[in-house]
Amino acid sequence: MKKGRIKVMQGNEACVEAALLAGCRFFAGYPITPASEILEGMARRLPLVDGFCLQAEDEIAAIVAAVGASWGGAKAMTATSGPGFCLMQEGIGLAASVESPCVVVNVQRGGPASGQSTSTAQGDLYQARYGSNGDYSLITLCPSTSQEMFDHTIRAFNLAERFRIPVIILSDEVVAHIREKVVIPDVSELEFVERKKPTVPMEKFVPFEAGEDDVPPMPAFNTGYKIPVISQAKSLSGNRGNAKEAEAFIYRINRKVEAHIAEFADIRTYGDEKAETAFVSFGSVSRSARSAVDMAREKGLALRSVEVKTIWPFPDDLLRERLEGAKRVVVAEMNLGMLRNEVQRVICSPGVKIELFSKIGGIYPLPQEFLRFLEEKR
Amino acid sequence: MNPLGEKYLRKNFLPFIFCPGCGDGMIVQAFLEAVDELGIIDDLALAAGIGCSAWIPVYMHADVLKVLHGRAIPAAIGLKATRPSRKVVVFTGDGDGLAIGGLHLLHAARRNIEMGVVLVNNQIYAMTGGQVAPSTQVGARTQTTPYGNLEKPLDGVKVAVAAGATFVSRGSTSHPQALSRTFKKMLTHKGFSFVEIISQCPVQTGRYILGSGAPQFNLQWLKDNCVPVDGPAKWAEVEAQGKIPLGDVLQIEKPEYMEEVQKMNRQVKEARSKGGDR
Repeated sequence: MKKGRIKVMQGNEACVEAALLAGCRFFAGYPITPASEILEGMARRLPLVDGFCLQAEDEIAAIVAAVGASWGGAKAMTATSGPGFCLMQEGIGLAASVESPCVVVNVQRGGPASGQSTSTAQGDLYQARYGSNGDYSLITLCPSTSQEMFDHTIRAFNLAERFRIPVIILSDEVVAHIREKVVIPDVSELEFVERKKPTVPMEKFVPFEAGEDDVPPMPAFNTGYKIPVISQAKSLSGNRGNAKEAEAFIYRINRKVEAHIAEFADIRTYGDEKAETAFVSFGSVSRSARSAVDMAREKGLALRSVEVKTIWPFPDDLLRERLEGAKRVVVAEMNLGMLRNEVQRVICSPGVKIELFSKIGGIYPLPQEFLRFLEEKR
Repeated sequence: MNPLGEKYLRKNFLPFIFCPGCGDGMIVQAFLEAVDELGIIDDLALAAGIGCSAWIPVYMHADVLKVLHGRAIPAAIGLKATRPSRKVVVFTGDGDGLAIGGLHLLHAARRNIEMGVVLVNNQIYAMTGGQVAPSTQVGARTQTTPYGNLEKPLDGVKVAVAAGATFVSRGSTSHPQALSRTFKKMLTHKGFSFVEIISQCPVQTGRYILGSGAPQFNLQWLKDNCVPVDGPAKWAEVEAQGKIPLGDVLQIEKPEYMEEVQKMNRQVKEARSKGGDR
């Protein structure tokens, strides 16, 4: 059992609490349902810790300001929902290209376009990974509870600093607005990661030269390094790269994340780890999957709920492990099968039947619906 | 090499990306003159977007963040907010700053956040091959207005004044010494500065709008059409003659945004420590 201060919090509130603990001192956002409480919370709390909160003129300004603040030396965050997440995509690509650590929260709501502003959905799964142009890689975390929102927010900052990437927290309206217990550990029990800084003198500093882990050290502006940071594909010196340099750069910014997936991949199993029938889910849907496991157990039926917490880069190997021995896999999600497609790609054994439980329209699926699905489709 | 270049240019980035006869090199020199006189190279945090003018700061040996098309101002706000003692300067163009990034200009000026925005106006989208810009004159034939431009140009100076900028000036590469003086004013102004620079683009504007791609023709066109005026009162008079007035339009003092933020933060924290309401 976790020890610490106990509070009843919304997911959005837990996000604010954790971000401040993780050292976030710059936030920029634009009001949007169902993410606004994060902006509001930051506006209230950041002044108290000498931070700065900007209500930007749009989401494009918000993400780019976060990138600026990141080079300014701060831990920076922005939060939005689907339509704003669309506007941020170019900026997320920018953060990937200039290797700026930052955290982007997307509290999903119904889409496309304005969709359903107050209803939950999980339709931004692909957008979180492939929304910007070109080849880049980032990490996406999917909380299902207020507690996970808290934990994942701290983790998001750590991963952003570790890999110099934008980290996406893919929340949804249910996680954002549910009120439940959160254990806030004492700061001494939390681990915080800070970006690697250059140790060589300025004359010897090569701006985008990385060591073995492919993550170059990052100086803050006005610390003597006089670094050129451009959004183009770059050479090691930071200038526009030729074909060879551009190729090396693009490989590196992808490899620095993908090659280290074992370091951060996280999939949790709830229930009977050997059960032949497994649910696979992410985000708030995992809550119902867990309840379905409990309800089935009472009826003497063994189920496992496999819950993907780090959804991008997709944890192929870990999912295969977690689904070992499963004969029937039901992928449950609030979109038309995005996670199902990934599961199908990874689990291509003829002995495994992969089915899709899809619920859209904004009404959260109940555990009873899962159990009914298992019976009816048998 | 010019001693300023020797001192402040990132030599491994040369040669410049600029075409022969471009005004951007003159702007680099005028800006570095001001920086040198003020001795502030270490405090500079430069931001830019996309376009010819966005490359101006990249060659300077300073901290430079060159972001997306139109988005230099938000990046600059992030830099300023994380350390208000920085001298933040944005280099932008007429397309970058008045079209795709126009909204950010309005809101940064409204906030009166201390930064300089240098908008290089060559009256065309030059880097992409000569398309019409929000600053292109009516009737001009460009790659995207093959039958003549129907749209009235947007005056960045008037926009900046209306939006709340507290130092607004217009210069031109035809008057480079004045340019350096203007940069000095901008770099020492407490508040949001907007400096428009009318510049030549022989390759696009020259060839397609003015009728010659020769650099000396284009510089002469600027000399003939840009008129330095003493104070904004004469501004309209020069405009009525179809010419481009140069000079300071506005220089006033108003509460600066980051100072106000810091003041508010102090007050809020004080009230809190006394047990007052949050």
